[in-house]
Amino acid sequence: MTITKTHRDVLGASALRPDGVAKVQGDFSFSSDLHAENMLWGATLRSPHPYARIISIDLSGAWKIAGVECVITADDVPGQLTYGLISEDQPVFAKDVVRYMGEPIAAVAADHPETCRRALAAIKVEYEILEPLTDPERAIDGSHPDIHPDGNIIRHQRIVSGDITATAPIVVEGTYDIGMQDQAFLGTESALALPDHDGSGIEVFVATQWLHEDRKQMAKCLGLPEEKVRLVLGGVGGAFGAREDISLQVHTALLALRTGRPVKMQYGREESFFGHVHRHPAQIWMRHHATEDGRIVKIEARMVFDGGAYSSTSSAVLINGVTHTQGPYQCPNAVVDGYATRTNNPPCGAMRGFGVVQACFAHEGQMDKLAVATGIDEVEIRLRNIIHTGDTMITGQVLESVAPVERCIRETAALPLPAEMSSHPHELDLPGGSGRTADRRHIVRGIGWGVSMKNLMYSEGFDDYSTARCTLTNGKVELKFATSEVGQGFVTLAPQIARSILGVDDVTYDTIDTQIGSAGSTSASRQTWMSGGAVDGACRLVRERLFEHVGALHGVDPLRLGIDDTDIIDTIGDFRISVQEACADLSISETFEYHHRPTEDLDENGQGNCHVAFAFVAHRAVVDVDIELGLVKVVQIATAQDVGRVLNPMSVVGQIEGGIAQGLGLAVMEEIIVKDGKVRNPSFTDYLLPTALDAPQVLISMIEEPDPQAPMGAKGVGEAPCISVTPAIVAAIRNAIGKPIDRCPVRPQDICF
Amino acid sequence: MSQHEYYSLTVNGEQHPVQDAWIGESLLYVLRERLGLPGSKGACEQGECGSCTVYIDNAAVCSCLVMAATAVGSQIATVEGLNTDGSLTDVQQAFVTEGAVQCGFCTPGLVMAVHHLLDHNDSPNEQEVKEALSGNICRCTGYGRIFAAVESVISVRKSSAS
Repeated sequence: MTITKTHRDVLGASALRPDGVAKVQGDFSFSSDLHAENMLWGATLRSPHPYARIISIDLSGAWKIAGVECVITADDVPGQLTYGLISEDQPVFAKDVVRYMGEPIAAVAADHPETCRRALAAIKVEYEILEPLTDPERAIDGSHPDIHPDGNIIRHQRIVSGDITATAPIVVEGTYDIGMQDQAFLGTESALALPDHDGSGIEVFVATQWLHEDRKQMAKCLGLPEEKVRLVLGGVGGAFGAREDISLQVHTALLALRTGRPVKMQYGREESFFGHVHRHPAQIWMRHHATEDGRIVKIEARMVFDGGAYSSTSSAVLINGVTHTQGPYQCPNAVVDGYATRTNNPPCGAMRGFGVVQACFAHEGQMDKLAVATGIDEVEIRLRNIIHTGDTMITGQVLESVAPVERCIRETAALPLPAEMSSHPHELDLPGGSGRTADRRHIVRGIGWGVSMKNLMYSEGFDDYSTARCTLTNGKVELKFATSEVGQGFVTLAPQIARSILGVDDVTYDTIDTQIGSAGSTSASRQTWMSGGAVDGACRLVRERLFEHVGALHGVDPLRLGIDDTDIIDTIGDFRISVQEACADLSISETFEYHHRPTEDLDENGQGNCHVAFAFVAHRAVVDVDIELGLVKVVQIATAQDVGRVLNPMSVVGQIEGGIAQGLGLAVMEEIIVKDGKVRNPSFTDYLLPTALDAPQVLISMIEEPDPQAPMGAKGVGEAPCISVTPAIVAAIRNAIGKPIDRCPVRPQDICF
Repeated sequence: MSQHEYYSLTVNGEQHPVQDAWIGESLLYVLRERLGLPGSKGACEQGECGSCTVYIDNAAVCSCLVMAATAVGSQIATVEGLNTDGSLTDVQQAFVTEGAVQCGFCTPGLVMAVHHLLDHNDSPNEQEVKEALSGNICRCTGYGRIFAAVESVISVRKSSAS
């Protein structure tokens, strides 16, 4: 991969994406664009039932179809029969029982996708349908028999902090419902598996967030040593958490190993809805105790996150939820009870915001209730409670991150409000958008607020690290890392880092694959910090050796040398040489592994230094609501975000605007409807996504207070934008219509009835 | 399964024979899997997302909804045909420089939609741009940088015309 050379695209510049030209020309290879000679297509048979016993599977019909080369079930899995990110509780193929609608039962490989479809239709599975467990409360109260050997509760975690008997004159409470959101990346799951000629190993091109974790889980299920499973990042069409778990990786590899031929698998949109985990639907009860002047004294909370049939990352999502109960506010006393349940609903796991989206929706609803109960303005009530660096959180952890919460709120408030709606607005500017159904007379405007705090990186003692190599040869730099580029722009940032540190402009990056150490996952707002830290470290090691070389050659103490633009200079003398001249005929290569500081598990009372760092953001939403039809138009979002340091302004804007659109989706339109364990809207016709007509005006203030813990002072910016925007929009709707709404997404019936 | 269809499609001004095809194949499938033109992307198979936008006789259509064999005799244009010499069109260049590309999966379809809009309306207002692009879903950008790219093309074309 070659990067177009740009002049001095260093840190802080809006460097352009190195893959941008290929992407606008349709020339960039996504994993679904890959082909191989003699390739077969793979496809998956899935359960139509949320809970059923498998009585028999008859594959004979599929084998009879011309063009079918392979049909496999659980009996054909050579290694471990189950996999999972945290707990290995999910079968590669269901064997005796299916626990959710869409669970894989068999896979086929054939000469054409249509042959695959016919082969799947010819497989006969006899089921004994069981009563599904769909109510998470029944998982908690024990009234439903276990649906999995590991039980119906994935995790239970309490937080008990301070004086649990404390109370105060003002008490507000609410029960908040957050719907199941889909990541809805555009590039559906796809992979191309190429078996080694002797069948002893396999190479898989796959769109994923974490190559090494995929390899680890795949190798176990395939019964191969990890070094026999080589993963290469296929071009990734968005991720947002949905590619953190295994989907088709093992199935594709098994079909390829079994047939000895390359196999490509690609989900259609409907299958994609069944093929990956979703954002946990949650029900959260909170009761805030506060003084009459609005200061929080105690928070009580109960959170139920429905994890669905398999655990995925539910236990970590739950921990994020309960530990963010207080939000970006001080809270001296707290009692929190959190459950992640197992049901026969679709499995849930990682999605941008990861448990904090749900907690924030509840705590921000509570702040608005507190504002009403105390008669204090909704901005002022938040300002009175904000958390500061050095404060102790409900987990007992001291907040060490830079915490410019007050600036987030004040700078958001300072952004201009939109003009009032004109008396004769353009019909496309009305609620209903292209539906053009709203009537100006029925439209009311509302303003709402949301503020949030989000942990960065992985928590609870996980030794999170990233690896990068920097090779300087004849004045050119090549970087190597396994960091999944999913659209966020690490491939833009990494060369910027190298240019800044080494004074070299010609920076390229090698294929992203497992031929170097892990980079960890592209999730948890962590790659700028973690893989950025690794690239930064590797480049610094190379620079050190370059200075030693130059120092020895020119008789200058290497410790006095520094980089000035594209020159090496003596920082306390006159010596100056261009980097290009200094490293002619020189080759230096260094690898660096970046680890963040260690964290701890929580104890039974939810106490422990479990998180690494935090980022903060405020959102103010302005909406127009048609109170007759229950339609909402989000007019404007103003936001000030704590970013630490802006490394690429255009990329940060892209993350903020994109995150806001996803939070808007959760606020007013996006929900996977599940009834009796069955998904009712697995398509883009029925699962609604924000379009260009739904995009609000977005006003952004970036707050730069470099965090001393962060390798380059920069905090990850990926998740924060999508968190408090959702409660801000819902608060604005409440403000417009004057009625309580404690659920998202807000539906027309929530407004009208 | 019968794969005995033979026909010919005109894509980007060139004749492309299609051999041993199944009659049920969509135009998107044939372009991507048979003619080596994977620039058009498939993301929904229902005409909802616009990732597969191509022109048939100058009309912008979702190629996932068109049976390939029904496009015989039509002029089909794909993103690969926008500029065959490898250079970028003004719309493509603006997408790159304005940050309208993140994962890029929606990008070819959006580039086609923007060209189609500007071919029919050289000075669209904000609502007209939004309406024209509302059939193309982008999940990464929130559309802000896409609007910026379109605005920049409109203003550059206007100033070079005057």
